[in-house]
Amino acid sequence: MRVDKASRYTRTHEWVRLEGNEAVTGITDYAQEHLSDIVYVELPAVGEHFDKGQVYGVVESVKAASDCYMPIAGTVTAVNEALADSPSTVNEDPYGAGWFVRLTPDDPAEAEALMDADAYEQFVASSEGEH
Amino acid sequence: MARKTELYARHEALGGRMIDFAGWILPVQYPTGPIEEHHTVRRAAGLFDIDHMAQLVVRGRDALPYLQHMVTMDVGKMVMGEAHYSLVCYEDGGIVDDIFVYRMPDRYFIAINAANAEKDTRWFQAHTAGFEVSVENVAEETYMLALQGPRAEAILQALTPANLSQMPYHRAIDSTVAGVPTLIGRTGYTGEDGFELFFPREKATLVWDRIMEAGAPHGLKPIGLAARDSLRFEAKMPLYGQEIAAHINPIQAGLGWAVAFGKGEFIGRDALLKVKLEGPKSVLVGLEMVDRGVPRHGYPVVSAGQAVGEVTTGMFAPTLGRYLALAYVPKELAALGAEVGVQIRNDVKRAKVVETPFYVPAYRRK
Repeated sequence: MRVDKASRYTRTHEWVRLEGNEAVTGITDYAQEHLSDIVYVELPAVGEHFDKGQVYGVVESVKAASDCYMPIAGTVTAVNEALADSPSTVNEDPYGAGWFVRLTPDDPAEAEALMDADAYEQFVASSEGEH
Repeated sequence: MARKTELYARHEALGGRMIDFAGWILPVQYPTGPIEEHHTVRRAAGLFDIDHMAQLVVRGRDALPYLQHMVTMDVGKMVMGEAHYSLVCYEDGGIVDDIFVYRMPDRYFIAINAANAEKDTRWFQAHTAGFEVSVENVAEETYMLALQGPRAEAILQALTPANLSQMPYHRAIDSTVAGVPTLIGRTGYTGEDGFELFFPREKATLVWDRIMEAGAPHGLKPIGLAARDSLRFEAKMPLYGQEIAAHINPIQAGLGWAVAFGKGEFIGRDALLKVKLEGPKSVLVGLEMVDRGVPRHGYPVVSAGQAVGEVTTGMFAPTLGRYLALAYVPKELAALGAEVGVQIRNDVKRAKVVETPFYVPAYRRK
């Protein structure tokens, strides 16, 4: 499983990375691997505001549709339009070209409260063990 | 408790992601993922563990009149060694199951669906009165693999004395594969040329391994249930519980070609004749999404703000690269180009009726 050291992580397998005054988010490598081939990503409109933990999009794989949760509260400033034509980018590069939305955080410090890469790896390892 | 097939260890070793399907633990996909597997079958060849499928053997002096009574196709027209798709219907025309009937020298061999195996066996055995016939469920001793794709013939030919180049589609032969007595049917559920193999259960790993070896230079890969579903979907092959069911008749499912009204009496004939004459109220059509979105099984089809039908199967179709669905709609909305909506979560997304099958099976293009 790949992790991005610069990102923070949720228990629902989203990552968020602060970049200047903005934040960018998507789903983790573990999530894309678990979902398998991604065929569609439904994203919100620019300008929409979401609370932390609120559903902001849906990622659809061959077999299932899964909700995406906002890792921190904020207002959407951009969505990854390229995913419309090549949703498999999420499988190939989940922390880079496969990003979902950019946002202006209400409070950037919210990201600091999330798991760092090491903690997320441990979280995945322990939840895998429960199966 | 779901049951493992004889090949469970092979699937695990290949990295198969195992799921419970119709009471069996089977691979839904291998590590490369279902879309790559789908393309492999269209372009090279794939091997499917489909031992969850069940089989019946019908024997006896009255086997032919009995089957004429039980199934919708004209079994009397089958030549020796022919394999033919058919439906089994209730008196009201609803579908018990869809099956493949093989006419072999000493028996009729019938492939039936896993989820319907017990029901079908009971149904066939409950209707033997007045016929000198035996119906035996041989699923326990029979293993079933499917080898599908344009390279299937070349792969299998290396393992069998049967002359496959002289064997047309929908023909079958009792022969051997890797030295194992095997009923080879040139049949399948993918829209590609290929074979379905029936042989003794205890030979499962031997036959699997030999085919995998013979297929390696041809690009053969193991294929999971997800790709099996997308392959059959593109070719508009029905899945029981989705396109066909007890409350659906063959005419509305677009399977009227598998109903031989001219052959005489069979279970469901009167009801089906009535549907054929009056026309079905709703019919199965192909839909293509105009707005982006993934239509899925059970999503409502909407027209003028009303739910008027339902998606039976929908997905991103890998060969076509489009978001497509099969759906039941009222016949007024069934014309090519007709516009409907598909309700996807809270939104109604636009779709239009398109031609089916989405992918014309290879063996029909020859």
